[in-house]
Amino acid sequence: MSDIVELDARRLLCPMPVIRLQDCLAKQPAGARVRITCTDPGTMSDIPTWCRINDHRVLANEQQEQEYIFLVQKASDGD
Amino acid sequence: MTIKAVALISGGLDSLLAARLIQQQGIQVEGINFFTGFCVEGHTHAIRNRDRKREKRNNALWVAEQLGIKLHIIDIVEEYKDVVINPKHGYGANLNPCLDCKIFMVGKAYEWLKQHNFDFIITGEVIGQRPKSQRKRYLPVVAAESGADDLLLRPLCAKNLPATYPETEGWVAREQLKDFSGRSRKPQIALAAEFGFEDYAQPAGGCCFLTDKSYSVKLQDLWDNRGQREYELDDIMLLKVGRHIRPSSEFKLIIAREEGENNFLSGYKRQFQTIKTVSHAGPLALVEGPPLSPQQLELACAIIARYSKGRDADSVELLFSNREQDSRKIQVKPLAAEQIRPDWIIV
Repeated sequence: MSDIVELDARRLLCPMPVIRLQDCLAKQPAGARVRITCTDPGTMSDIPTWCRINDHRVLANEQQEQEYIFLVQKASDGD
Repeated sequence: MTIKAVALISGGLDSLLAARLIQQQGIQVEGINFFTGFCVEGHTHAIRNRDRKREKRNNALWVAEQLGIKLHIIDIVEEYKDVVINPKHGYGANLNPCLDCKIFMVGKAYEWLKQHNFDFIITGEVIGQRPKSQRKRYLPVVAAESGADDLLLRPLCAKNLPATYPETEGWVAREQLKDFSGRSRKPQIALAAEFGFEDYAQPAGGCCFLTDKSYSVKLQDLWDNRGQREYELDDIMLLKVGRHIRPSSEFKLIIAREEGENNFLSGYKRQFQTIKTVSHAGPLALVEGPPLSPQQLELACAIIARYSKGRDADSVELLFSNREQDSRKIQVKPLAAEQIRPDWIIV
């Protein structure tokens, strides 16, 4: 299993965390995993929605105090 | 051959309907959404506690999901500055450069189209609807100055306009497009019902802070006091937050109005001088400007204390911090309400 790419999107307001994730995944090979840490509660809706419409998978998500953490896997044919 | 269209998706009803009309003709559609930094979408409900209770939904993403299309969100913050600062076609009622904005966004969509081998662009524009960029005489200006020319199709009002390339090539059946015009929303609402869309966002006009008078006044104040028309992303974010009070041309206070804003502003402690009440519950404030003189610091503290629970106390203690490098406590008597001069308050 490949390493997880860590992405810090704390203090960024939506849609910037989504843009950071989108731009990060664009540079990764299919199947790559990225863990993004956010503080905007809007990401609880936006990141799963963006992943669904672009065929990426949210493997896990959790809230730790004021932080929202998502583990995302890039789609096999995603860009 | 698969014909592919890129749709400008704002998150409102019109772009939703325009994209659906084209999808219905068997054309592959993907969405594009631009982040300028002035987008109303998202930001304020991430900051203020009262807004945190509202449903959190990015409407552009929601629209894309309803349509079953991919959505590409593009950060244009840096490039967009020139649109805001030097709009060739001028501003609307406030600092909203709506015509230049539409030209810019369609131009960016045209660049994207070429890079990704798409065939044409669709927007949800309707002749005669607000804002100014949708006036009949401006629609050809958008097509020409963006470079998109007849690759720009407006499905909701196409029958009122000359046929575009996708129509003359037979990619799109013109008779299945619409002839909407004017400010009435009834045709769009009827079409939404026909398509089975119920939970769409309130349409048109409210998607950009630059159309807001109070926001524009604050941006103009920022430019006037810096002596130049420029901004960074943090500047325009902070204009959305707190009370903005300028007791002199040398400094401005950004005073949180509630806990959510306190939390948001606390993220800027390393970039700004900050003042926070300590003897009474009260706001955190950022000080924008050079280091305060002792007199300026006392005035700033007295103003901030006015917005604390200690407003009627004889003395309030505050903590001043200079970018978290050094800090000290200060005692002041809060200003009375009538001592807060109306011309200090930027609205």
